[in-house]
Amino acid sequence: AKERSAQPSAHSGTHAAAMSYDRAITVFSPDGHLFQVEYAMEAVKNGTTAVGVRGKGTVVLGVEKKSAAKLQEPRTMRKIMKLDRHVSLAFAGLVADARVLVNKARLECQSYRLTMEDSPTVEYVSRFIAQVQQRFTQRGGRRPFGISNLIAGFDADGTANLYQTDPTGSHTAWKALAIGRNAKSVREFLEENYAEHATAEEKGDVDAPIKLAVKALMEVVESGAKNIEIAYMKPGQPLKTLPADKVAAMCKEIEKQKEADKRKKKTKKTAK
Amino acid sequence: LDSPSCVMDRAFFTDPHSYFGTNPRKELEKQDAELMREISLTSATRFPLLKAPSMTKASAFPKLTDKGGQRYVSEANPAIKFSHGTTTLAFVFKGGVLVSVDSRASMGSYIGSGTVKKVIPIHKYLIGTMAGGAADCSFWERNLAMQCRLHELREGKRISVAAASKLLGNVVFQYRGYGLSMGTMIAGMDEKKGPALFYVDSDGTRLKGNLFSVGSGATYAYGILDNEYDPDMDEKAAVELGKRAIYHATHRDAYSGGTINTFVIRESTGYEQVFKGDMNELHYGQYAEEAAAEAAAEAGDAKVSMDES
Repeated sequence: AKERSAQPSAHSGTHAAAMSYDRAITVFSPDGHLFQVEYAMEAVKNGTTAVGVRGKGTVVLGVEKKSAAKLQEPRTMRKIMKLDRHVSLAFAGLVADARVLVNKARLECQSYRLTMEDSPTVEYVSRFIAQVQQRFTQRGGRRPFGISNLIAGFDADGTANLYQTDPTGSHTAWKALAIGRNAKSVREFLEENYAEHATAEEKGDVDAPIKLAVKALMEVVESGAKNIEIAYMKPGQPLKTLPADKVAAMCKEIEKQKEADKRKKKTKKTAK
Repeated sequence: LDSPSCVMDRAFFTDPHSYFGTNPRKELEKQDAELMREISLTSATRFPLLKAPSMTKASAFPKLTDKGGQRYVSEANPAIKFSHGTTTLAFVFKGGVLVSVDSRASMGSYIGSGTVKKVIPIHKYLIGTMAGGAADCSFWERNLAMQCRLHELREGKRISVAAASKLLGNVVFQYRGYGLSMGTMIAGMDEKKGPALFYVDSDGTRLKGNLFSVGSGATYAYGILDNEYDPDMDEKAAVELGKRAIYHATHRDAYSGGTINTFVIRESTGYEQVFKGDMNELHYGQYAEEAAAEAAAEAGDAKVSMDES
């Protein structure tokens, strides 16, 4: 590994310090930043949006599909990947980095099954992915992975899980989360609407988590249904993609609902 | 533990003759004599105040076999594989897992110890037994205990019996051919799946089962176990069966004996030693009484039937 000196440049100041401290991954800046990691987070923000929603009986992963070029074969599930029978992953950021990480995670899942004679918990898988991402921020002089992941699935005992990992190497559990482009506004939408959908699911609306994911994506995806990809998991069942026509139908319904709500608000206003 | 930390000269185990030369006994005697000379020489010249040890003939050192000076019985006669001088058994029953072992350690026909602890606790709900090389068993099972503790810390829950036995089996398999000698049973309670029992040996064999007996006395123990084993036994009957099977094995097998140690692993409370008794005391005590009572009962029956006819 190349040794890079950590000496400040001739004109020291935070800007110049940023110049010399951001080259090597293994070097802290004077104010305690790992710039390469932060730049990796920026790469994530440039990636297409991904949304995850954890319901009680369903966990949903939704992604914004980039519209395919005319001559390109539209392949489904480029951004939602199966790690094991019971765990799936959606990411935001550099696609090629994701492939490397997914391969490692798939190998680890099978290795766990071989050694422990049991399926790994979703928490174990996300911890493993986080550890790999962390290793690339500390050792070897390699750059971090430019992706954040949403890892979703059901454990063998039926508990739903949704975890997020990011380029720093931390992993946290979430009820619902958005990553990638426009993540902030989608997250705000999810915060406002999660409770309502959770109670709807309790009352018997099995598709409530899926609806929430679709609604959240529709907030930021311009062209609507054809650029939304939804996949969901139920306990003991493998990952299932929602077929395109169903997604379109759901989007239409949601739009209708929105219009109806708008009209209600208008009539209320005029009534007053 | 990715690779063995000490690499041994494997030729020693596969072909001891080549290692020793054409006349192994003479070679060993020569070495021993030289060693004794060196010791006495050193102490006389360097430490004049120390008394030199009385010169004992090297051949007075206990020979482990009279087959030409080889020190490992199984190498002396590979056709007779010396199967670990011990008797251990374990079985799964309604109330958990029962483990019963003897306590004799033999080196050939020499009884090294009569009070060996052949049950190695791994954690509260998991124990391992020892048969074969005592050092191999106790070291690797203690190592397994460490791995299980780490697993529990990392994952926040107990390791399953299947996974624990898999860890041991995998490690032992890496040392295959290096001369490890272990025939162990890993017995324990899973939180959800209930009692489990695995047999793991130094060849890398790993078997799941409900009833195992390992050691030179295993055949005698199986005779008793196969006759009376019932998975729906209650704890009292299970303890009695475990005791009796080991007793019979120690009675007939020269390489098993000493005290009988019986353990039960229960779902609620973990493992507990439920019996510890000398096999001779059982022989002249409980079992003698039982035999006498049975004989009396039979005589009584015979008398009754004679009176009737």
